[in-house]
Amino acid sequence: MTGNYRKWPIILALGILTAPIILMYFYLFLDTVTNAPPGSLVPDEFTTEHWRFLWQTIPGRPSIWLATWNTLLFASITTLIVLVVSSAAGYALSRLNMPFRAFFLGGVMVLHAFPTVTLLIAIFLILQMLGLYNTLFGVIMVKASLELPFGIWIMKGFYDTVPWEIEMAGIQDGATRFQVWTKLVLPNVKPAILALGIFSFLAGWSEFILPLVLAPDNKVQVLSVYLAALIADDNNFDMALFKSVGVFYVIPVIILFVFFQNRLMNIYSGGTKG
Amino acid sequence: MRILLENFTKKFGELTVIDQMNLEVRDGEMVALLGGSGCGKSTTLFSICGIHKINGGRILFGDRDVSNFTSQERNVGVVFQSFALYPHMRVEQNIGFPLKLRKESPSEIKRKVDEIAEMVHIEALLTRRPGELSGGQQQRVALARALIRRPDVLLLDEPLANLDAALRLEMRSEIRRIQQETGITAVLVTHDQTEAMSMSDRIAIMDAGKIVQITEPKDMYDNPVSDFVAGFLGSPPIAFLSGRIQDGHFLEPSTNTKIALNGSAASGQDGRKVRIGVRPEFFQPDGGTVISGKVSFIESQGRETLYDVALPDGSILRSIQGGGLRSKIGDTVEWGIDAPRILVFGEDGGRI
Repeated sequence: MTGNYRKWPIILALGILTAPIILMYFYLFLDTVTNAPPGSLVPDEFTTEHWRFLWQTIPGRPSIWLATWNTLLFASITTLIVLVVSSAAGYALSRLNMPFRAFFLGGVMVLHAFPTVTLLIAIFLILQMLGLYNTLFGVIMVKASLELPFGIWIMKGFYDTVPWEIEMAGIQDGATRFQVWTKLVLPNVKPAILALGIFSFLAGWSEFILPLVLAPDNKVQVLSVYLAALIADDNNFDMALFKSVGVFYVIPVIILFVFFQNRLMNIYSGGTKG
Repeated sequence: MRILLENFTKKFGELTVIDQMNLEVRDGEMVALLGGSGCGKSTTLFSICGIHKINGGRILFGDRDVSNFTSQERNVGVVFQSFALYPHMRVEQNIGFPLKLRKESPSEIKRKVDEIAEMVHIEALLTRRPGELSGGQQQRVALARALIRRPDVLLLDEPLANLDAALRLEMRSEIRRIQQETGITAVLVTHDQTEAMSMSDRIAIMDAGKIVQITEPKDMYDNPVSDFVAGFLGSPPIAFLSGRIQDGHFLEPSTNTKIALNGSAASGQDGRKVRIGVRPEFFQPDGGTVISGKVSFIESQGRETLYDVALPDGSILRSIQGGGLRSKIGDTVEWGIDAPRILVFGEDGGRI
């Protein structure tokens, strides 16, 4: 295919078009470890002061490590709940002849399309009534349940591609329905579980609006809220610090993407193919 | 172990697929359920293994009524059309899976897997995954997995349909060999008459949820109970001519040819409308009752040549002949029908 045309004009065109975003990333990183004189783009000194949040707590803010730990907890527990519930619910919707199956399927679709923001007030009130406002547990439950429709739908799509005969053969070999699910079907949707897991983790890691509204307290603050609070604070405005925390916040995401991008693609291609 | 279906009935919703079917498969016997798609043969198979629940009647293995047993309790080995191997397990794990579920010890499982692998000739493939096997090898693995827990009954659902032609021939004799070696009672579901005839002890031919005839392959070929059975068995298929009975003869109206009838058909009432079936091997250039027609189609099958001969009214006779090409399309030929071998059917399709 490449023999039919010259490559360099395309590379040049793409290069020019991508230059702004690459420059932005470059300066984002550069500004976190250097200082530049006012009005200049060229830095004149190397410094680690913008990363000071790593070893000292910024006044009025929780420790960055507490926020990171909270974010990690929030993202991983959400992922765990999404994985467990969607792999079971997806199987039920795909394979079991249960009452109201069509209703559930439709319901999952509708919930998937529902914008989170519209539910915010109601969820806030419910959490407050249950005493779960300002707790990590409460916001995890909310996030997980909002992620579930997507997860269930994706898992159902993957289960649909597993041949029925495999289950029949399993039953015939003497396995119970539960053993068929755990030993024969689940291993065949492993790519889906992995992809959904990464996806949920990233969604949890980057979630902002739910923790902001439902768990803004310092003790349960996650990184996204921490970051937002930094820039909202007009009294101690520090752009370089904000950028550094931003880079710190995004590093795990980039690492995950680098390692798992191929698996992540599965979720969009694998769900439909046979 | 003997399988007995008594008044077996299966419905899907309001639709009755199988109504009051009776079938006995004797101990150690291989019976083929033969029929077109939708005739209920696979439904019968899946009811025997317990995947479908039956709506009426009884299913017995030996003297044990298994009608209300679940699949897991029935001890039936099934080979599926798609083989249904577990893609994430190696061949040895696939075969050993039923034993692992029974919690047999790993050394015991290994011994049995090796033993059965030797029987189906896949010793060298045990550490591969199903995706790395050819169709025939997958088939052997599926057979091994079905047989390893010494099932009472072996069920084969279109086992050769997913194989290419050369493999099909090989696996046909292999499956038969393995079935005879193990002495297991087997039911084979197929739509291919050659498969049914070559592999089974008896054929049960099915149409619209009913068994039309059940007997040995040779007997079914020679003595079909109806035109449906006669038309189903034999390749190239039997040809039918319509006409009337006259003085103990069949009168072909367009050529006025009289063909002597025998048996009960000979004493049939004059003027009674009948159809006769002539198999291609009984319509030959020499001997028999001569009938003339035009060659309308020639198909060379290598060793043999198949001719279609059209009579003046458009009905077709088929002839299969060894040796070289004898006629061209359009030639008028006068070939003979072997009168004692014709099959006579009444208007309802039943044999006379």
